[in-house]
Amino acid sequence: MERNLTHIALFAALIAVLGLIPKIDLASGVPITAQSMGIMLCGAVLGARRGALAVLLFLALVAAGLPLLSGGRGGIGVFAGPSVGFLVGFPVAAFVTGWFMERTTLSPMVAATAASVIGGIGVLYVFGIIGMSMVLDKTLGEAAFLSAAFLPGDAIKAVIAGLVTQSLSRMRPASLLSRA
Amino acid sequence: MLTLTSPVETWAHRLPAGPKLAAVAGVTTGLFLLSSPWTLAGPALAALALYLSGGWVFARAGLRLLWPLWPFVLVVGLWHLWTADPVGGAVVLLRMFSAVALANFVTMTTRLSDMLAVMERLASPLSPVLPPRRLALAFALVIRSIPVMVERMDQIRQSWSARAPRRPRWRVLVPAVLAALDDADRVADALRARGGSG
Repeated sequence: MERNLTHIALFAALIAVLGLIPKIDLASGVPITAQSMGIMLCGAVLGARRGALAVLLFLALVAAGLPLLSGGRGGIGVFAGPSVGFLVGFPVAAFVTGWFMERTTLSPMVAATAASVIGGIGVLYVFGIIGMSMVLDKTLGEAAFLSAAFLPGDAIKAVIAGLVTQSLSRMRPASLLSRA
Repeated sequence: MLTLTSPVETWAHRLPAGPKLAAVAGVTTGLFLLSSPWTLAGPALAALALYLSGGWVFARAGLRLLWPLWPFVLVVGLWHLWTADPVGGAVVLLRMFSAVALANFVTMTTRLSDMLAVMERLASPLSPVLPPRRLALAFALVIRSIPVMVERMDQIRQSWSARAPRRPRWRVLVPAVLAALDDADRVADALRARGGSG
């Protein structure tokens, strides 16, 4: 019981810290923030249920007024803005990522990358595009076109999430709670 | 850690958090029912008036919080100029401005502890599966862990730089995630030793 709680809390903090890393650090020259990779890692490492709860806990603190979203954004205002769909989709994305991770027997690298693409990109973008089309009063196609700008960065993040998960499983196989 | 609550005390700081949140939720829903730029100018001006009622410093801090919206303003503006529909563009932008500005106003005038108390109250129907004490403990744990983790991330990056001429990239994330998992185990043991998480 305590272990569940502390894993959820520590990974919620990890999502916040990943949003604070300077953008340029992750891959050469591509300006991306690591925050949405935190969502992928929550699912890939903690599994569906705990991963989604960690993301919900993180979002609750953002809504409460902590500037924890990348770029120092936060408060309930971000839930009224054009990115609301992505925020609502975050916990679902972590859940789906974890769900796939728990159910495949592929190697951690392939499994975590594929799960991140399905959950952290596929599912997340569905929510994000619907939210953007509502707030900006655009058709779904137009909103999808606007969201496509983030696609290359998110693809890189899915691969990095796979690499990190693979390293974790090699160094300490028991650390992948999604596979426990 | 800094919160988004404004250090400039305004009259709105003294209002209770729950009604403020309910009001902003109601107004935001209402904004989506309006579709003329003239009626939408009302809430936008009201938001500006609310900001100015807190004084100049408060208003400037509030407008700074709105700055991250500029890429959307640019894209929507260009889009509607391109499609020769400036009225539609004005509706979208006024609605977005009013909704975000009013929500930010509530965030800026409500203390973090009050906001968390509202959330704990909202979560109280879930108390059979999620005891309020455990939720409060989870909030506190995250808030306490963030500065610890930021500092450790720095240490990991420094030790990388001490050994390698190249810049640290994704590889620094592996020890960071491992450390988070270790911390989770240790904090869990410490909680259990002190009587559990309630």
